[in-house]
Amino acid sequence: MNKQEFVQGNEACARGALYAGCRFFAGYPITPSSEIMEYLAREMPKVGGVCVQLEDEIASISAVIGASWGGVKAMTATSGPGFSLMQENIGYAAITETPCVIVDCQRWGPSTGQPTKAAQGDVMQARWGTHGDHPVIVLTASWVREVFEMTVLAFNLAEIYRVPVILLLDEVLAHLRENVTLPVAGELEVVERLEKTNGRMLNFGAGAHLMITGMAHDETGFPVQGEKAAQHLKRIVGKIEEHKERLMRYQGFYLDDADFLVVSYGITSRAVEAAVERLRAGGVPIGWLDLKILWPFPDKLIREIASHVKYILVPELNLGQLVREIERAAAGQAPVAHLGRVDGSLITPEEICKYVQDEVARVQRVCL
Amino acid sequence: MTRDYRQYLRVEKLPHVWCPGCGHGIITHAIASAMADLQLDPDQIAVLGGIGCSGRASFLFQTDAMHTTHGRAVAFATGLKLARPDLHVLLVMGDGDALGIGGNHFIHACRRNIDLTAVIYNNAIYGQTGGQLAPTTPTEKRSTTSPYGNVEHPFDIARLAMAAGATYVARTTSFDFPEIVRFVRRGMAHKGFSVIEVLTQCPTYYGRLNDLRDPSQMLYEFKSHTVSLEEYHQMSPEEQAGKIPIGEFLCEERAEFIESYYGLCQLGRSA
Repeated sequence: MNKQEFVQGNEACARGALYAGCRFFAGYPITPSSEIMEYLAREMPKVGGVCVQLEDEIASISAVIGASWGGVKAMTATSGPGFSLMQENIGYAAITETPCVIVDCQRWGPSTGQPTKAAQGDVMQARWGTHGDHPVIVLTASWVREVFEMTVLAFNLAEIYRVPVILLLDEVLAHLRENVTLPVAGELEVVERLEKTNGRMLNFGAGAHLMITGMAHDETGFPVQGEKAAQHLKRIVGKIEEHKERLMRYQGFYLDDADFLVVSYGITSRAVEAAVERLRAGGVPIGWLDLKILWPFPDKLIREIASHVKYILVPELNLGQLVREIERAAAGQAPVAHLGRVDGSLITPEEICKYVQDEVARVQRVCL
Repeated sequence: MTRDYRQYLRVEKLPHVWCPGCGHGIITHAIASAMADLQLDPDQIAVLGGIGCSGRASFLFQTDAMHTTHGRAVAFATGLKLARPDLHVLLVMGDGDALGIGGNHFIHACRRNIDLTAVIYNNAIYGQTGGQLAPTTPTEKRSTTSPYGNVEHPFDIARLAMAAGATYVARTTSFDFPEIVRFVRRGMAHKGFSVIEVLTQCPTYYGRLNDLRDPSQMLYEFKSHTVSLEEYHQMSPEEQAGKIPIGEFLCEERAEFIESYYGLCQLGRSA
C-alpha cells in the first residue's frame, strides 16, 4: 500500500536509487548532497550493498566505474565543486560505455561560492564538463516525488544506453521536505543489468577477459587509431543523438493557443507553474514547457513550438545557460529572453508574472 | 592441469610497446609467473593499470583488465573489489602514476588495508611523456624538466606504504626476476593491501639523461646499489649512504577492509 510520508529530496534520491537496484555508492561529503550518502550509509548494509566514503570525488567516481564493471548498479552524488573533480572520469565512463549515475545537487558559483545557496549553474558543465566529444544524458527534477522517479529513470537509461547519466538537482530541492506518496515495488519499470551482449559476457569475473580502456578502441576493447577511432567516437555519440526523440521527457501546458511561452526546468518550474496559472487566469495567452531531460537537448520540439509563439522566456538560476540552446533551436522564429537570478534565492512566481505582463504590454504597444 | 605463465598473458598481443632495454617486460613476465605459481584461475583475476608506460601492462594479461585514468587505478580497484570480493585484483602502476597524481588514493588504500596487490613499476621518471621529473627521481638526477639536476627529495615508496598502513611491503629490482616473482606471489596470497615496489630501468629517458645509456649497465647499477634489508640494518650510516635496501619490509595481519565491511553488513542484517 502506498503511504503518505514527509520526505526530503535527497532521501527521495537515495530511496529511488535503492528501488532501481543500486547496490554501490561511493562519495565524498559536500553540502547540499551529503544526506544521500548518509541515508545510504544506513540502508545499504541492510540490503548487502556497499556505501563507502572515499578520499575525494575523483576516487568516488573511479570506484563507481570499477563497481559497475563488477556487475553492480552504482552511483555517486556531489555538488558543483565535486562534480568538477569527477569530470575526467565521467569522460572515461562515456568512452568505456559504463552504466553509472552521478547526482549533482547544484549550488551557487565557482569554488565555495555562496555556501549553500541554490543554483542551476552546472547545466553546461553537465553536458560539456569532460574533455572531448562524448555521449551523456542529463535529467532534472522539480518535486520530491519526481526526484525519486528521475533517479530510477537515470538508472534505467544508464543501463539501456550504457552511458553515465547525470541527475541535476539543486540545494532547495535536495533539502526540501514534502508530503509525498512514493512508488511501491512494481509501480515503476526497473531495467536490469544486461549480463551479455552478442554472446559476450559484459561483467568482470565471468570469464570474458574483458579489456576496458579510455583509449579509442574497437569491439574487442583494444586500441585503434585513425578512421577506426573516428568510427568508435561517432558510434558512442550517435547512440544518444540517434535516439534523441525517444529520450525526450517534457510536459507541455497550454501550448496550443499560447502566444507567450515559458521554458523551464528543475526547481524553477515550480515558480513557473504558479505564475502560468495566475497569468492564464488573468487572460494572458501563456504556455509552459517543462523540460525533464536537458541533454540530449530537444531541438526539434523547441523549433516547432517557436514557430507559433511570439515570445519565449527562459527563467534560470544562472546568468544564461540553457537559454543559449533555446535561442539556437528557436532559430530566430521568436525572440528569446532570459530571466536569471543569482543572488541565491529562487525566482518567484511574482517575478515571472511581472516580467511577462511587462512584455505583453510592450508587445501590445508595438502592435498598436 | 597445471597452468604455465603464458596462460596469464595475451601472447598474441606481443611484442609489447615498451622500448628496447626497458625493464617493464621483466616485471610483467614475473607477475604472470607469480599467478602461475599460485595456479590462480585467470577468470578470477582482474588487472588494473593507470596511465603511463606501466599502464600498458594491463593490455597484456589474459584476464579481465582495465586501463583506467592517470593515478586512479587504486580507486577503480577499490570499487571493483567491493563489488566483487571474490576476484583477485592486481594493480600495475608506475611511480608517477601511483605516487604523483595518484598519491592520495595510494595512501588511503594502504590505510584501509584493502585486499589488493599493487605492483609499482618504479623507473624514477615519467617515461611515456618523454622523461620528465617524477616524485621518485633521486636528488641531483636529471630529467627533461630538471635539466640542471633534481633539487627535490624522492619518495621512499616502501617506507611510505608502511607508514600509511599497508600490511605487505616489499622492494626489489628488475635485476632479480625470481625475487619479483616471489614477492608478487606472497603479495597476492596476502590478505590486505600489498605493495611490491620494483625498481626498473628506463634507458630511453632516465638512462640517456643521466649517463647510463646501456640497459645492462643500468641493471648492474641496481645490483651494486642495493643491499638486503638485513645487511642494510647492520651497516653504519656512512655505509648506508647511496645504498637502497631491498627485501620484504613488512608482512603482518590486520583487519582487512572488504571483510570488515561485509562483516558489518551481516550485523546490519541480523539486527
